[in-house]
Amino acid sequence: MGCLLAVCLIFSCGKKEEAEQTIKLGVAGAHSGDLASYGLPSVNAAKLVVEKINANGGVLGQQVELLIEDDVCKPEVAGNTATKLISDGVDIVMGHICSGATKAALGIYKEANVVAMSPSATNPDLTLSGDYPNFFRTIPHDAKQAELQVKFATQTLKVKNVVILHDKGDYGKSQAELAKKYFEEAGVNVLLFEGVTPGAVDYSAIVTKLERQQPDLVVWGGYHPEASKIVTLMRKQRMDTLFIGADGVKDETFIKVAGEYAEGVYATGPKDISDNPMAKMAKEEHQNEFGSDPGAFFDAAYAATQALLNAIEKAGSTDYDKVINALRTEYVETPLGKIRFDENGDATGIGFSVYKVTNGQFIEEK
Amino acid sequence: MDFEFFFKLFLGGLTRGSIYALIALGYTMVYGIIELINFAHGEIYMIGAFTALIISTVLTMLGFPALAVTLIAVAAAVFYACCYGYTIEKIAYKPLRTAPRLSALISAIGMSLFLQNYVLLAQTSDFLPFPSLIPDFEFWEPYAHIMSAAEFTIIVTTVLVMVGLTFLIKFTQIGKAMRATSQDKTMAMLLGINVNRVISFTFIIGSGTAAIGGMLIASHIGQINFYMGFIAGIKAFVAAVLGGIGNIPGAVLGSLVLGWTESFFTGYISSDYEDVFAFLFLVLILIFRPSGILGRAETKKV
Repeated sequence: MGCLLAVCLIFSCGKKEEAEQTIKLGVAGAHSGDLASYGLPSVNAAKLVVEKINANGGVLGQQVELLIEDDVCKPEVAGNTATKLISDGVDIVMGHICSGATKAALGIYKEANVVAMSPSATNPDLTLSGDYPNFFRTIPHDAKQAELQVKFATQTLKVKNVVILHDKGDYGKSQAELAKKYFEEAGVNVLLFEGVTPGAVDYSAIVTKLERQQPDLVVWGGYHPEASKIVTLMRKQRMDTLFIGADGVKDETFIKVAGEYAEGVYATGPKDISDNPMAKMAKEEHQNEFGSDPGAFFDAAYAATQALLNAIEKAGSTDYDKVINALRTEYVETPLGKIRFDENGDATGIGFSVYKVTNGQFIEEK
Repeated sequence: MDFEFFFKLFLGGLTRGSIYALIALGYTMVYGIIELINFAHGEIYMIGAFTALIISTVLTMLGFPALAVTLIAVAAAVFYACCYGYTIEKIAYKPLRTAPRLSALISAIGMSLFLQNYVLLAQTSDFLPFPSLIPDFEFWEPYAHIMSAAEFTIIVTTVLVMVGLTFLIKFTQIGKAMRATSQDKTMAMLLGINVNRVISFTFIIGSGTAAIGGMLIASHIGQINFYMGFIAGIKAFVAAVLGGIGNIPGAVLGSLVLGWTESFFTGYISSDYEDVFAFLFLVLILIFRPSGILGRAETKKV
């Protein structure tokens, strides 16, 4: 409701001062429905950043105006959302939230020469396929974790033989498949690649099977309940093989459930940014303005808004090519750290770290 | 090497089969007496595990020695689960005893969902750590790399429970009454057997074994949540049908066959299709022996 009201306000303002030029920043994503909790924090982030920039004289001497559109996270709606934004004369877009909806909207933005930046769409193809040169993001894509796992395993742990297990689900299996691909490229033997049934009463058969292969490392693609069962069984059978999971394992519940058996387990997870002064400030601003803690992807959305407006400022105009060039070359200070974007459109300097369970806590491996 | 691998898979299948058997016994006993598939049975198993968790946590905090904690937790879990089993029968099944069988089945499914949600609301939806109530016995350490102490305990317990139940049914008075009720309820009643008491007793025994199973398995895998009874219950039900529902040695045999099928298939082929293969095997067995491995074909007089 508050969001709707804000949209009305902005529109009426826009009409009144039609003569005056503004920079129109579109904010698109899921603002209602099941996944609203992923999208609404990005609206708040955009409001906070824009308010501050406008108070300091705006971008290129113009005020920034927000155009907020809801795509309910559905690809079939996102196309209309994008068309609506373009017909309203949007200059640049922060969004969308979900990977599917983002993909549906990107083609439309590309034809209209509009740059879009998502704080949350993690599907690797969006940037890696090269189909969308107008797309950028401030969240690491899904393949980054697998990349990091493989790098860590080959360079730090120096493993030669691995076993990869997954839970057959969307998230787990795609993580496992990426890991397998990168391990093979790095010349590591993948001895076994198998899915297990989540929720089964017992995993001793698969543990026996992987024990027979004598791997140096077990890579798990999936969530923590199965991971803790498998690790517990391995340790109970006196196997001390190393174990690594992704952010589905980097959860306090994993340590709570697996207890002493969790010790020494590796997991990748988002970099800890709670010490970043800008992240602290953004959180405070949110608390002052909205009276609550920010939600999911807030920092990434805050950073995306800053990066977009900074690029326009540095480019000196809203020209498509100049803005893209500025995004790739100009560093900007954000809650995620100092970032710019690589040629694919992925932010540099952000991402995941490897954590190791030490004395009942995930400790970042430097 | 290869023999060792085979042997380990064999033991893994044995453990898994024993887990299924502890639950399947309850299904099959209830079915044997009143021809009802008690879908809430998996939930009794889950409640048993939750009770053991709560009691053992409290006792450990109070500083009881480990052995006492285990024994008291088992006793409490069995007692609590028995109360649930008894009450469920009185509330949800007894009033429907003369109703069409489908009504009682739906009532059972309703009870199962009710209990799941009740635990979800009263406790938590999170996974909870379950303490190792079965210690790593010192005398077992040389064999620990082959099978853990918990797995060993599960197998031993299943054998004990099965022997105990067989003894109970074959050689005691209540066992005789149970067999009589299962053969012909009306006739048993005419001969002065208190059929209601026999049925209640069956539910109590079935719930007790399920609670022991729940506690052992939770202790083996180290975690529980409100949903754990569902999958285990379904698998155990399948095992009971496979062995011939209503038949106690059949339930154990069916469970072991299912456990070994899953274990060997995972070991030698692929765990991706573990369930596919397990259920394919079930279909094949049922095609050739429609009443299960040890089940007798029902002859109906025309």
